[in-house]
Amino acid sequence: MATKSKSTKKAPSKASKAEMLKYYRDMLLIRRFEEKAGQLYGMGKIAGFCHLYIGQEAVVTGMQSCLKEGDQIITGYRDHGHMLACDMDPKGVMAELTGRTGGYSKGKGGSMHMFSKEKNFYGGHGIVGAQVPIGTGLGFANKYRGTDNVAVAYFGDGAANQGQVYEAFNMASLWDLPVVYVIENNMYAMGTSVARHASETELFKRGISFEIEGEEVDGMDVLAVREAGEKAVKYARSGKGPYILEMKTYRYRGHSMSDPAKYRKREEVDDIRSHHDPIEGLKGQILEHGHATEDELKDIDKEIKAIVKEAADFSLESPEPDPSELWTDVLKDVEVA
Amino acid sequence: MSVDILMPALSPTMEEGTLSKWLKKEGDTISSGDVIAEIETDKATMEVEAVDEGTLAKILVPEGTEGVKVNAVIAVLAEEGEDAHSVEAKGDAASADAKENTASSDKEESSDDSESKTEQAEAPKAKRLNDPSIPEGTSFTDTTVRDALRDAMAEEMRRDEAVFVMGEEVAEYQGAYKVTRELLQEFGSKRVVDTPITEHGFAGLGVGAAFAGLKPIVEFMTFNFAMQAIDQIINSAGKTLYMSGGQMGCPIVFRGPNGAASRVGAQHSQDYSAWYGHVPGLKVVAPYDAADAKGLLKAAIRDPNPVVFLEHELLYGNSFPVPDLDDHVLPIGKAAIKREGTDVTLVAHSRMVGFALEAANILAEQGIDAEVIDLRTIRPLDTDTVVESVKKTNRIVCCEEGWRFFGVGAEIAATVTAEAFDYLDAPPARVHQKDVPLPYAANLEAISLPDADDIVAAARKVCYVD
Repeated sequence: MATKSKSTKKAPSKASKAEMLKYYRDMLLIRRFEEKAGQLYGMGKIAGFCHLYIGQEAVVTGMQSCLKEGDQIITGYRDHGHMLACDMDPKGVMAELTGRTGGYSKGKGGSMHMFSKEKNFYGGHGIVGAQVPIGTGLGFANKYRGTDNVAVAYFGDGAANQGQVYEAFNMASLWDLPVVYVIENNMYAMGTSVARHASETELFKRGISFEIEGEEVDGMDVLAVREAGEKAVKYARSGKGPYILEMKTYRYRGHSMSDPAKYRKREEVDDIRSHHDPIEGLKGQILEHGHATEDELKDIDKEIKAIVKEAADFSLESPEPDPSELWTDVLKDVEVA
Repeated sequence: MSVDILMPALSPTMEEGTLSKWLKKEGDTISSGDVIAEIETDKATMEVEAVDEGTLAKILVPEGTEGVKVNAVIAVLAEEGEDAHSVEAKGDAASADAKENTASSDKEESSDDSESKTEQAEAPKAKRLNDPSIPEGTSFTDTTVRDALRDAMAEEMRRDEAVFVMGEEVAEYQGAYKVTRELLQEFGSKRVVDTPITEHGFAGLGVGAAFAGLKPIVEFMTFNFAMQAIDQIINSAGKTLYMSGGQMGCPIVFRGPNGAASRVGAQHSQDYSAWYGHVPGLKVVAPYDAADAKGLLKAAIRDPNPVVFLEHELLYGNSFPVPDLDDHVLPIGKAAIKREGTDVTLVAHSRMVGFALEAANILAEQGIDAEVIDLRTIRPLDTDTVVESVKKTNRIVCCEEGWRFFGVGAEIAATVTAEAFDYLDAPPARVHQKDVPLPYAANLEAISLPDADDIVAAARKVCYVD
C-alpha cells in the first residue's frame, strides 16, 4: 500500500518505436497548442481564466495510452491537454477558448468547461475538486452497468486538500469502484507550494486510511507514467477498487495567464525545463534508440505546427454564437409520452 | 404512590402511535430499564422501557390500539408496598380517546393540542379541480404523502433499470423518514444504496452517475444537510448542460424533506424553495398533497434535467386521495387551483397550501371568497395561472414558509405587479416566516412560523376589511 514507484528518470524502455513516436507527437501537440493559446490570450482573442498545461504533458499522454474504448476521463480546469489526449479536435477546443460557435460548447463554456460525450471526456470543471466525486460517479455507473470500464479522475495537489475528495475516496473504496485517481502534483496550488499547503506532502499516501493503494510516479517521464498507469488501470478494471497515482510534475507557466508566478525562482523553472522536460526527455530516448533522426522529428514538429495553426485560424474565423444561443441548452426538452 | 406510565413521544413530530404489544402483563414486577411495550409510530416500531420500578397494576390501553395520543396514560405502576388492585390513574386515561383496532385514518382533536398539531392531524383536503390528466370516473384511495412518494419511486424503478436511489439510511434502515420503506427488499442493494454521511460526496457521485446516463434519486435526510452539497447541485448538476453546449445531460432528482419540522431548531428548519428557485438549469418542485407528490415525483424521475424535489416532513403522515391509475404522472411547471374563489387569490406551496385552504374556510365564514393556488412547482413558475387568477380576484396574498427577503412571494408579487398592474385593487401581500433563525422554544417557534391566521389577516387587509 502507498508505495513509491521504483521508476527512475529514464525508465527501461519497453515501448515500441511507433508508441514512442506517438507519445512524442501527442505531447508536442499539447505543448504547441498551449503555446498558441497563450499567444492568442496575449492578443486578447482568448479571455477569462486560461490555465496552460505546458510541462505536464507526459501525465495525460502516458495515462491515455493505458485506456480502452469506453473508459472515461474527467479533470479540473487545466484541461486542454486532456482533451487533446482524448483525441478531441484541436479546432473545436481552440474555438471554445475564443468563445466561438465552432467550440465544443458552442462558445458557452470556455477554457474550463468543455466536454465530449463522444470521446468520453466529462469535463472540464471549474470548481477545485468537484470533478473527483463526479468522476467517482462515472466509476459507479460502470460498476452498476456491469461493464469493465474505468474512470480516470485527474486533480491537482491543491484539490487534494478539498474535503469532497476524501468523501469520494471513502465511497470508491467502500464499494470497490473502478476509478483511478491521478493527482497531478505540479508543486503549487496556485501560488502556495505543497510544503506550505499540505501537512503530508507525499500525496500518494492520502488514500491510506481509506485502504486505497497509492504510488508516486515521475510525471515528467511518459514511459514511467505509462508503466504505473497500466498497473493502476488493470487493478481498477479487475474489480479491486480505486487506485491513486501521484504524478510528480511541473507547470512552466503561471497558475493561469494572469499569474506572474513570483512565488518561485526563475532558476527553479529553468532547471526543470533543462533537465526534466518530458518532451526533450523522450526525444533523447528516441534518438538514442535510433527510432528517428533529428530531421524526422522536425517533420513531426512541422506537422504539429500546421495542425495548431489550422486550429488557431479556425478559432478566429468561426463566428461568435448567435444571440439566440443565449437561451438554448438551459434545460432539455421533456419528451411527451 | 402509584406512577402513571405515559405514551411516550418517540420522534420530534410524533403526536400519536399504535400500542402494538405489551411485553409485560398486569401483576408483573418491573425494574427500570425493562422493555414493557412496543409502540409503532408512522416511521418505526420502537420499544418502551420502564423508567420506574414496581408492579404493573393496570393496563389502561390494550395492545393493538391505534391513535394513542402522546402523554396519554397507558398503564399504572404500583410502587413497592402498594396494593396493585387499588391504584387509580392520575392523568387522563387514553382509552376514551383512542379507538381500538380501527383502520380509520380519522383523527380526533384533543383539547390541549397546539394549533400546529391540529393542522398536522387534519390536513385540509381540497377537491381536485383542474387536473386534466385524471380521467373522469377515476377512483381514489386515501394514501399518505410518505407512501405516495414511495410508490412513485417503486413504479419508476420497475419501469426503468437506470433508476436507483441513494442516500443516508435509505436501504437497511428503510429510510430515516420511511419514505424508501421496502424498496431494498424489492430492488436489492445495487439499486437502493446506503451512503456514508457524506452529502457533498454522494451528491457529486450522483451527478457523475447521471452524466454517465443513469437516473439517480439522491435522498437528503433533510435539505438542511444539502447545503453541504449545494455546489454540486448548482454548479455541476444545474449548469453543465449549458456549459457543454447541450451535450451533457444530468437526469437526477435531489429529494428529501424541506422546511420547518417541529422543535428542531434553526439549523434543521429552513425552506430552500427560494434558494433553488433562483437557479436556471434546475427544476424545483414542492408539492402539497399525496396525489401531486406521486405524480410529480414520477415526472421528476423521468425528466432529463436535474430536479430539486422539496418534500415536507410534517406532511409525510397526512393522507390524501390518490387516483387509482397505473401511471399517474403530472406535468412539472403547472400550478393547481385547489379552491375556486372570486375575492382574493391565496398563492402557496408545500405545507402552506394546507394553511391557505384552512384560511379560505375561515374567510368564507366572514363573507370573503378566496381562491387557493398551489404552485406545486417553483421553477419553472406557472405565472400564467397566478396572473389569470389575479385578473379575476384583483387581490393576492403570497404565502410561503421561508423568509420574506428575496423569497418566492417576492417573485410572485413582482410578476403580478408587472403583468396585472391594472387589475390590482391592493398591493400584493406576503405571508412568511419571521426574519429570524427559527427558535426552539415552542411559543417562539409558533410565533415565527406563518399559519392560517396570518393568511386570514393578510387577506382581510388586501380586501380592506380591517
